[in-house]
Amino acid sequence: MTNTKNDLLIEVKNLEVHFNLLEGVVRALNGVSFEIRQGRSLGVIGESGCGKSVTAQSIMRIAPTPPAKIIGGSIRMHVHGEEGKQGEDVEILELQASGEKMRSIRWKHVAMIFQEPMTSFSPVFTIGNQIIEAILLHMPELDEKQSRARAIELLGRVGIPKPERLVDAYPHQLSGGMRQRAMIAMALSCNPKLLIADEPTTALDVTIEAQILELLKSLQAEFGMSMMYISHDLAVVGEMADDIMVMYLGQVMERASRDELFEKPLHPYTQALWRSIPRIDGGQDRLEPIAGTLPSPFSEHKGCPFYSRCEHRIKDVCDVQRPPMYRASPTHEVACFLYKD
Amino acid sequence: MLAFIVRRLITIIPLLILISIVSFIVIELPPGDWVETRVQQLKLAGATVDDTEIQRLNSQYGLDKPAYQRYFRWVTNMLQGDFGYSFQWNQPVSEILIERVPRTMLIAVLSLIVSWLISTPIGILSAIKQYSWIDYLGTFISFIGLATPGFLLALILAYGALNILGFSPLGLNSIEMIDAPMSIAKLVDLAKHLVLPLIIVGLTGTGVTIRVLRANLLDELKKQYVITARAKGLTEYQLLMKYPVRMAINPLISTIGGILPALIGGEQLVSIVLSLDTTGPVLLRAAIAQDTYLVGGIVMILSTLALFGSLLSDIALASMDPRIRFGGTSK
Repeated sequence: MTNTKNDLLIEVKNLEVHFNLLEGVVRALNGVSFEIRQGRSLGVIGESGCGKSVTAQSIMRIAPTPPAKIIGGSIRMHVHGEEGKQGEDVEILELQASGEKMRSIRWKHVAMIFQEPMTSFSPVFTIGNQIIEAILLHMPELDEKQSRARAIELLGRVGIPKPERLVDAYPHQLSGGMRQRAMIAMALSCNPKLLIADEPTTALDVTIEAQILELLKSLQAEFGMSMMYISHDLAVVGEMADDIMVMYLGQVMERASRDELFEKPLHPYTQALWRSIPRIDGGQDRLEPIAGTLPSPFSEHKGCPFYSRCEHRIKDVCDVQRPPMYRASPTHEVACFLYKD
Repeated sequence: MLAFIVRRLITIIPLLILISIVSFIVIELPPGDWVETRVQQLKLAGATVDDTEIQRLNSQYGLDKPAYQRYFRWVTNMLQGDFGYSFQWNQPVSEILIERVPRTMLIAVLSLIVSWLISTPIGILSAIKQYSWIDYLGTFISFIGLATPGFLLALILAYGALNILGFSPLGLNSIEMIDAPMSIAKLVDLAKHLVLPLIIVGLTGTGVTIRVLRANLLDELKKQYVITARAKGLTEYQLLMKYPVRMAINPLISTIGGILPALIGGEQLVSIVLSLDTTGPVLLRAAIAQDTYLVGGIVMILSTLALFGSLLSDIALASMDPRIRFGGTSK
């Protein structure tokens, strides 16, 4: 947040996305801003429905429209040029979602791994077929044979045994963990600058989860990628991210470097979250759930969305006006009136 | 793949035996037999029939034997290509079958193709443009197709063709062409006469196919692998045809097995109305006249063909879906 502009990979400002449903309008994203710098990883954390995935999908412009509709804001992405060519800054929201420019950015510059390794691959084509498809699409300098060699190499790199044989395996012949590894191989196939991982380990068991996280970290360093890691698991995000962003009901509550956020959470919501998880050092007697319940997704908030559940709420302040981002340190921002000064 | 085909071929055998038993029971169900019917006709016509003549006919056709013996005689003869003798046509049943069955199959298979050609694009458009005017139009067409009985449509269209176009759609060839040797002109004439039957027979299948395809595709479009494909940067058309459509077509292929008998059944009725010389009119008349072997032969052959149709659709399905080919169970 203090670094120079030139290593900025992506800058999201005031992103607003609505879901127009029969029951009403869901404000899925309500002015979300953040940035990701090159080689860094941003962890996004929040409860179900807080807008984590929609944020990621909006960056790639793959949110299902309808019902999702981008209302406003800006997503500026630095798109690196091919060797020797100048890079350019692209305003993602100005592009046509299925247009040529946007399609050339997908997978080549931003790739994504998904939560469900079981369904992320089509069941009727081999893993290799689906990886090679991406390579052929974005790396025209490679022919079919070279693409296949690259797919095998990547499968080996992500820890799939006998890659030269399993490249011709169908997804149903692999276990969930293996499928997620294959998915990672596919995501890396075109050397993306940003890898979005949307809860990639939620559907896996804990031992596999640890392996996948380890793999992602080493690959991030090896490929020099930036990463956006989405999860509802605080421990996992703490493991993966340099910076962390806490989201609640489509808004960013707090944004800080990992250490600051873990050592000194400022927002009452973050603090409440921290109190609700067990710690391995046993430093607390009992877990405290966050008071109240999540408001209806259809409700509209004039003030802070956390107002109804907040223990520090200030009447006639927090419920009247939306708290802006206050800067607590060069790398720590919080959307709460408690930190006005 | 070969093991799969062999496995499926073996399961067909008990089915064929079952069909032959059912066909035989159908033949035997109505009271009386062909000889009695014949005698009745002769008596009504004023002729006298003596008992020894009846005896002779009965033993000649084995009608005095118990049912199971007649069944076994019928089946063993059929295996040797002898389908028995049609009392009504004074002709071996196999000759009638050879002449008529290919025409029925031609109409059934062509209507299947026609109905697929019409319904696949409509079904796909209906799904990707859900709740648009094209979707409503597709739904409308498919409900018409489902709800209109083929024979009614045959009557209406035949009336229309005759009165508006001045073209007689009856028969498979125009009267002056029936005895002409095979030529381009005769083929064109045949094609003209096929248009109406194909539309009528095909429409039933079209309605079903549009509905099934639309529902399948709507399911598939929501799946994660579609989002993956989009995220990879494929164009909408590329990803649509390679991933969800491919998946949505699978259940369609498996319905061939079910649609084929329906098409054959529909063909029978339409052929009667449009007096096409296929198996339809023959079967109806044979059933009324209790022409035992002819009815049995037609039912047997058409059922067997339908069975092989569904076998073919299974093989096609297995070649398209690895999960079936490998006997996989996971979704």
